[in-house]
Parts: sequence; C-alpha cells; structure tokens
Amino acid sequence: MSTRPPSADWSTDFDHLDPRWAEDPYPIWDELRQKCPIAHTERFQGAYFPSRYEDVRAIAYDTEHFSSRRPVVREVRPPLIPAPPITSDPPEHRPAKQVLLPAFTPDVITRHEPRTREICRELLARIGERKRCDGAVEYSQEIPVRVIAHMLGVPEQDGNLFRRWIKEVLEIGITDFAVLMRAQGEMIAYFADKIAARRASPGEDLITYLVNVRVEDRTLTDDHINGTLRLLLIAGIDTTWSAIGSCLWHLARHTDDRRRLIAEPSLINSAVEEFLRAYAPVTMAREVVKETQVAGCTFKPGQMVLLSFPAANRDPAMFPDADRVILDRAQNRHAAFGLGIHRCVGSNLARMEIRVALTEWLARFPEFRLDPDAPMTWSKGTVRGPRELPLLLDA
Amino acid sequence: MSATKILKVRVDREHCQGHARCFALAPELFELDQFGNGRERGDGTVPTALEDKARLAQANCPEMAVEIIEE
Repeated sequence: MSTRPPSADWSTDFDHLDPRWAEDPYPIWDELRQKCPIAHTERFQGAYFPSRYEDVRAIAYDTEHFSSRRPVVREVRPPLIPAPPITSDPPEHRPAKQVLLPAFTPDVITRHEPRTREICRELLARIGERKRCDGAVEYSQEIPVRVIAHMLGVPEQDGNLFRRWIKEVLEIGITDFAVLMRAQGEMIAYFADKIAARRASPGEDLITYLVNVRVEDRTLTDDHINGTLRLLLIAGIDTTWSAIGSCLWHLARHTDDRRRLIAEPSLINSAVEEFLRAYAPVTMAREVVKETQVAGCTFKPGQMVLLSFPAANRDPAMFPDADRVILDRAQNRHAAFGLGIHRCVGSNLARMEIRVALTEWLARFPEFRLDPDAPMTWSKGTVRGPRELPLLLDA
Repeated sequence: MSATKILKVRVDREHCQGHARCFALAPELFELDQFGNGRERGDGTVPTALEDKARLAQANCPEMAVEIIEE
C-alpha cells in the first residue's frame, strides 16, 4: 500500500485508503458536501462516494439499481462470495434475514449481557494497577471477539485466528486479492468443520441454531450456513471493537463528557447513540447494476458505491451541530447500523456490548487520557476505529 | 364534550427495519415481535403523561416509521 499515489482531488480521485482519509475524514466529507456531494474515483475500477445523508439514504433504499452482492469496495472485483443476508438482494434477502432476526432481538441479547460484563471485568482485572494500557488492543478488541466466540460456541482462544482473518478480509484484502481468497478459504474450512461437529453433537449456540432452523420447511444448506457464519464473525467483531475504541478515544479527550457520563449514569443509552452517530464505524458498498440518477449524478452499471453511513451521520442538514458530540442529543436518527433492508442484524448486540464496555470501564477508570508519548492509529478501509489507543490511566 | 384530541402512535410495518429505538425509548407504547420489529402496543393510544416519550420515539426512528396521529 506504500506505493499508492496520494489522492489528487477528493471529488474526482477519492481514495478511502489515503492516510489523510483514514486519519481524519470529516473535513474531507464536509468539503465534498459543499463542492461535489457525490464524488467519484477511477480507483477501485470506478466508485462513487455520496457524502450527504439524503443521498446515502436514497441509495440504501434503492435495491433495484444498487446491489449488495459485493459489500466491500476493493481494488479488484473478486468472484462473488455469498454471505447471506449481507450479500443478498431481494427477493432472496428477506428469508435469509428472517432466519437470523429471532437470535438477535433485545430480549435474546440480554441473556448474553452477564457474560459480556464478566469479560469486561476480566480484561480490566488483567490491566490491574498499571498506569498505562492500550485501550484498543487490551480492551476494545477483546470484548466482541470473546462475545462472538461465546455465542458461536467456539473456543475464545480462536480469537487470534478471527482477528487475523478480519484484518485480511477487510483491510489487507482490499488491495491484495490472494490474501483475501486465502482468508476466505480458511474461514470456510473452519466453519465447515464446526457445522459438521454440531450436526453430530448439537449444542446451544448459534451454529446449532443455524443447523436446525427451518425456512419454508427446509433446513439451510451448508453453503448458506457457512456464509452466514462468516458474516457473523466478520461483522460482529471489528465493527463493535472499533465503536468501543472510538468511545474511549472520545472520552479520553473530553473530560467534561466523561465526568458527565459518570455523574449521570442514565445518560448512557443516549450517549451510546450519539457515539454511534459521530463515530459510526461501518462503511458498506453497493454495486450499480442498472443505470440511474441520484442527486443529478449518473450512476453507471459496474461501478461501485462506497456507502458511507459515517458521512451521512455527519451531514449538518440532517444533524444540527453534526461535528459536536452531544451526549443527550434528543433527535438522533443516525444511520450507524444502515438504513433499509440491510439494517445490521447485530445492532442490539453491538449496543449492549458498547454500553456494558463503557459502564465497566468508567467504573474502574473514571479518569484517563491519551498517552502523549505514544501514537494512536486508525484502521483503514471499510471499518473505522482505533487500532492502537495508548492511554494513561492515572489522569 | 369538547373535542379533546387523542394521540395515537403507529409503526409503519412496511418501513420498520427493527432498529428497536421506539421500544428502547418508550417501552410503554411500543413492543417488538419475534423478529425484533416494532409495533404499537394495543391501539396505540398515548396517555397524556407519555406524549413526550411518543415524540421522542418518533424523533429517533432511523426509518421514519413511527407515526403520531391525532384523532
């Protein structure tokens, strides 16, 4: 990636892998909203970037012209790798989504809250009395990895494997096709093994649930189950890890917000929504399958769309004072979990994990700040969040 | 009788995608089905004391699927 030429002009040559974009995309999006609300690039074999809420929304709702079959903008167009329902379009989308929904309602997610809290406390105990730690590596990233392992009924130690696959699929794999395909192959083999094991000996986990569930009186094929499990793994981990990390990053830099959240614990739910709005981690993709126009811009078939819910969430036309974090923002129709039929199936899980992670962290470390002597780093690509977050814990 | 307005909430089932914000903000007025999609409780009538909560639920639905009807 070191050889990438820097973007010459964000409106005609945008590159979300450009270090400036990864570091601080918000001024870039502001500029685009004012100058050229739908940007384009010849990179990635051609892609559009809508920067306004209303255009992101219009495209998310338009499943006729915009397909979800390739959910990530990559340097090349790899063969289609179905991971239903995220890669599904109507009419296949609905049954594939319906199968998963009952396993992710708020009621069901509540049952995973005690284990999530335990995990947070275990991680905090491991940091112990130290005066510094990496909030991303030692805390944020560990939580969703272990929660997902718990839900899937696989060993928590496999988390190292999961993290490598995620980095390979969502970061390195954007430009390195061989790495992407190798990671996909490894994941398919991993889950094929687990599916076979659950058929032989059912458990009480999500894999068993998918093996047994019936849709229109038929069980799911192994390919379908395997794709869905890969989706849950990929989508359930670095998204939430990024969200928790961004919350800690914000609270480390905003003493007023941190103290307010401690003084007014009932603010936690609206605060989580506001963090999700301001630091939405997930950008999805669409592929144009039929020519159409949005906001006067022609979208050509075969081109990709970088569908940035984070950019939509910073649009001042939709969110007054969009760049300010307001913990008790009363009207907050943020799009962090997407809009339309592809609303994130794990949104209730993510919210619970973020809420528990922040509550437990603040109870243990009410005062903390960024370590000025150690740099923090942001991920690049599809999911945005801190990958290294050195913190001083004495405040 | 004077024409006292009755406020009702309604979830547009076509537009609801199960963000569950209405249920989180006003569980007295909304419930979720087995798929986690929202719907109004009963006939959706909003007691006066819950009018603010009804408006909050409406103001936070990402799909704009929560309607407030005055009868």
